[in-house]
Amino acid sequence: MMMATGSAAPLFSVRGLTKRYGARIGCADVGFDLFPGEVMGIVGESGSGKSTLLNCLAGHLVPDAGKVIFDTRTDGPRDTLTMSEPERRMLARTDWAFVHQNPRDGLRMGVSAGGNVGERLMAVGARNYGAIRATALDWLGRVEIAADRIDDRPSGFSGGMQQRLQIARNLVTGPRLVFMDEPTGGLDVSVQARLLDLLRGLVREMGLSAIIVTHDLAVVRLLADRLMVMKGGHVVEQGLTDQVLDDPQHAYTQLLVSSVLQV
Amino acid sequence: MNDYTFAYLDEQTKRMIRRAILKGVAIPGYQVPFASREMPMPYGWGTGGVQVTAACLTPEDVLKVIDQGADDTTNAVSIRKFFQRTAGVAVTEATVEASLIQTRHRIPEAPLTEAQILVYQVPIPEPLRFLEPREVETRRMHALEDYGLMHVKLYEDIARHGEIATAYAYPVKVEGRYVMDPSPIPKFDNPKLSDSPALQLFGAGREQRIYALPPYTRVVSLDFDDHPFVASKADHACDLCGAGDTYLDEVIIDDAGGRMFVCSDTDHCGSRRRAGHVGRLGVPGKEVA
Ligand SMILES: Nc1ncnc2c1ncn2[C@@H]1O[C@H](COP(=O)(O)OP(=O)(O)O)[C@@H](O)[C@H]1O
Ligand SMILES: [Mg+2]
Repeated sequence: MMMATGSAAPLFSVRGLTKRYGARIGCADVGFDLFPGEVMGIVGESGSGKSTLLNCLAGHLVPDAGKVIFDTRTDGPRDTLTMSEPERRMLARTDWAFVHQNPRDGLRMGVSAGGNVGERLMAVGARNYGAIRATALDWLGRVEIAADRIDDRPSGFSGGMQQRLQIARNLVTGPRLVFMDEPTGGLDVSVQARLLDLLRGLVREMGLSAIIVTHDLAVVRLLADRLMVMKGGHVVEQGLTDQVLDDPQHAYTQLLVSSVLQV
Repeated sequence: MNDYTFAYLDEQTKRMIRRAILKGVAIPGYQVPFASREMPMPYGWGTGGVQVTAACLTPEDVLKVIDQGADDTTNAVSIRKFFQRTAGVAVTEATVEASLIQTRHRIPEAPLTEAQILVYQVPIPEPLRFLEPREVETRRMHALEDYGLMHVKLYEDIARHGEIATAYAYPVKVEGRYVMDPSPIPKFDNPKLSDSPALQLFGAGREQRIYALPPYTRVVSLDFDDHPFVASKADHACDLCGAGDTYLDEVIIDDAGGRMFVCSDTDHCGSRRRAGHVGRLGVPGKEVA
């Protein structure tokens, strides 16, 4: 597994990130560094602030305080919260990707599978139909969707296929950072296993950095190098996945790991 | 004439519409919201175009109104009569004589001049509407030039039909900035949008939008490198005037499936015939005077 080396600069640095909903805390004072090629899992019970945090990181929610610094290709580290909206959108369709729990939120259900995969390419200026289609075919293959489904709409796909299509649609522009919110959440257990396997292969092959929110410890064990445990909007423990899971320090993490808590 | 202000609308309203037009001219291809008024005709009869025309007309103008290229359809006749009654302006069917032309579904074949204004009736001004129904989102997409979706639509066309099947309201990019719906003109007319000496104004009544192409604006039809835009037309010459370079209507002429192709621009066809041009089914010397 690719690990952070002491000398590499972080790809993504978060400091003091806080989001309130009125008086209620969404997430509070969250900070971490993510290095190139690293996968970080975020776990915690329902309501602990995982989705709030992920949406603040990805620019879907505006936090009340903090910094979200991304190492951009052209200008080096930039605080994405102070970027202009066009810059942030450009980032969101090139170097970043977001995989929603419900594939309906991340796909265009009225557009063919090929069109779904091709959209990000066209959004950044691809203008050769044949090349777009060839790339879409290649990506359908990589997520194990038969080539003859390229012109079918995802509404006729199974849940697992829709999720794989959403992943292909997101990864087609070769992003450097992928946000995932419960990517295996709504799927049957057997389908989950296959999807996890596929995700793990893609993450390694592409050297992707990723932040994965999940309530499923099996998912983090399989995918995440590092783990962050949240409770009540706060990070209560973070570290290498194996360390946290095998030797949890915080009482809450101990409960999580011993499966006393149904998260 | 005493029953109405000149050209029906009150002066306040015309000023408001002119401000929207000026803003549209200043930002080519940008849809300017305006407070569309009730007009004494149903939506779908060009209430947007009629309001733009009313705001532009002067007593010296010569007005031409066309619908699908013809001056004599019910829609064209009623709009023309409306302005004859309410503005007392001169009217014509000859493109070259008109100073203001209101149109639905066509651009005249005869080249326009700097002395002319072309007003389009627009049913749906938003080119992104088909793919993104949320108005707030389409506005943001225009603001951020987030137009990948337009090519997704063309991609879907090719994937389904083997070619870009969009034949009307073919989307264009204006001066490299705004994507615009040119109203339901055939794509054959798209090249005439670009670099036109005439001022082109677009009015959508129900949707309350005005947009514009100032003279000599660069307008490019969207396409793919390997599926370039083609301004196609029926592969025939006009059966009446013999023109091989005009947009044609197909007309059924008998119960046995007989058909003929004629210029959709009736003024253009007529002036060619008067000049002695004869098509396959035309009768020399027996043409309209
Ligand atoms: N839109 C919202 N308005 C008000 N409170 C919210 C909203 N979204 C989340 N919250 C609250 O913020 C806290 C964190 O929620 P969330 O981020 O959804 O947690 P998780 O994803 O871990 O289940 C919870 O107390 C939740 O009730
Ligand atoms: Mg959640």
